Amino acid sequence: MNEKEIEILEILEDNARVPMEVLADMVDLSVDEVEKIIKSLEEKDIILSYSSVINWDKTAGKDSVAAMIDVKVTPKREVGFDEIAERIYRFPEVKAVYLMSGAFDLSVQIEGKTMKEVAFFVSNKLSTLDSVLSTTTHFLLKKYKHDGVIFEPEQKDKRIVVSP
Amino acid sequence: MKEVQQQYLSKTASKLKPSGIRKFFDLASQMDNVISLGVGEPDFVTPWNVCEAGYASLESGYTAYTANAGLLELREEISSYLSDQFSLSYSAESQIILTVGASQAIDLAFRSIIDPGDEVVIVEPGFVAYAPAVTLAGGIPVSLETKAEDEFKLTRESLEKAITKRTKAILLCFPSNPTGATMSKEELQSVTDVIEKHDLLVLSDEIYAELTYDETHYSIARLDGMKERTILISGFSKAFAMTGWRLGYVTGPEEIIAAMLKIHQYTMMCAPTIAQHGALEALQNGRDDLEKMKKSYRQRRNYLVKAFNQIGLSCHMPGGAFYAFPSIQSTGMTSDEFAEKLLEEERVAVVPGHVFGAGGEGYIRCSYATSIESLQEAVKRIGVFVERHRAE
Repeated sequence: MNEKEIEILEILEDNARVPMEVLADMVDLSVDEVEKIIKSLEEKDIILSYSSVINWDKTAGKDSVAAMIDVKVTPKREVGFDEIAERIYRFPEVKAVYLMSGAFDLSVQIEGKTMKEVAFFVSNKLSTLDSVLSTTTHFLLKKYKHDGVIFEPEQKDKRIVVSP
Repeated sequence: MKEVQQQYLSKTASKLKPSGIRKFFDLASQMDNVISLGVGEPDFVTPWNVCEAGYASLESGYTAYTANAGLLELREEISSYLSDQFSLSYSAESQIILTVGASQAIDLAFRSIIDPGDEVVIVEPGFVAYAPAVTLAGGIPVSLETKAEDEFKLTRESLEKAITKRTKAILLCFPSNPTGATMSKEELQSVTDVIEKHDLLVLSDEIYAELTYDETHYSIARLDGMKERTILISGFSKAFAMTGWRLGYVTGPEEIIAAMLKIHQYTMMCAPTIAQHGALEALQNGRDDLEKMKKSYRQRRNYLVKAFNQIGLSCHMPGGAFYAFPSIQSTGMTSDEFAEKLLEEERVAVVPGHVFGAGGEGYIRCSYATSIESLQEAVKRIGVFVERHRAE
């Protein structure tokens, strides 16, 4: 991976909506060159998707409940944790799965419409999986910062408008 | 009443002109929806670990004065920083003073070296405070005009021309506010014999030293014969996004620093203690943040300079600082007219080049220390403005 590719990735990770011409100028390449680089990064599954960070609390009519679940599992010979991780992440309500060091094995983030829905998932779908030994569910009360984005930013530029 | 008050003013204070920037500040602050490219400071807030260090110092009760020259621990850190980053060697005990911003260091330097009638050559376009600081110290500022065709670098010929029998010192600021110009080792080397021949002191304001994008900064103090005649001024404002902390420093030959320390102890006592604790953290653990900010400035520089050239405002590629300095001569307007109309008609604030002294007319200073989205919007508005006025 060369320096320009990393620079492009950093810019896109921060703002995927930056216009191609602007991005090209920023990294001092032509639009063609940047498009080619991005295409190849997409093909290599280095860039996986372009998503937005949304504060759903501010929208009306789409309430949801999120929880982080600590899961202890029995790893299997040869496939280790990968097989059970896959069986968990294939559920659409699962937003993230991480293998962790420490007191438990998998950290599973899940989102549902209601608390009941989340509880149903844990008791009926997750806990019933063969390799799952135990679960501890933590409901998320408030998001302050997600993926490096602060949810209630102070956006006002505090600098004086013209200075030497 | 006003006239009565005026009779008490000193001649020096009465004659001092307010900065040309003031007018634009007043205009722009009364308007809504202004995109400002007129700000001479980073758009980043101070890195959080530095702020934390400030809080922690208060919690630990560090609320008293420090030594006049500043915390010894910080001076030691500056000494090794200068050595690591710029290969300069200065003694923490006898050659470094922490000041209230680099601005105070400039004032101290002039007050320590100027006798009435002494001339100081100021490389212009340059920071607005240099010439007034010379005047306030009783000296005579002499403009040395740098030109766009030299990429606003200092040349031998222009230096020779500016020197008279009364010249005592020359003030350099590279990377430059407002032009962004930088000087390489070789370019600096080409003027050092002139400086030596006329036995001049050099005041080198290197506040933007960390913000160079194509080549690493080279300090004039590193060149043979220069260290003993160079007063080096820098600070934390630009590199570490700490403008409001007001902390700078000055290093140089022992005798001169000792004289500056005398003035400093009577007029300032010491630099703010909380800021010194913050600066210590910045030097010890601030490198990653600095590099990130620098990368971001570089990207925005590349975008803005190219965009100016595309809309017909020719602009050299500035090697450092965070300013683009495009020519507006193609519009037929003075820089003042351009800046005023642009603000009124398109709500974009820039600083007219003439406020930076000789050679600044015909140019505007645009800071790219603002978000890429704002820069895009500003470019759009300036493009419309230039198109409209060129058609006239």
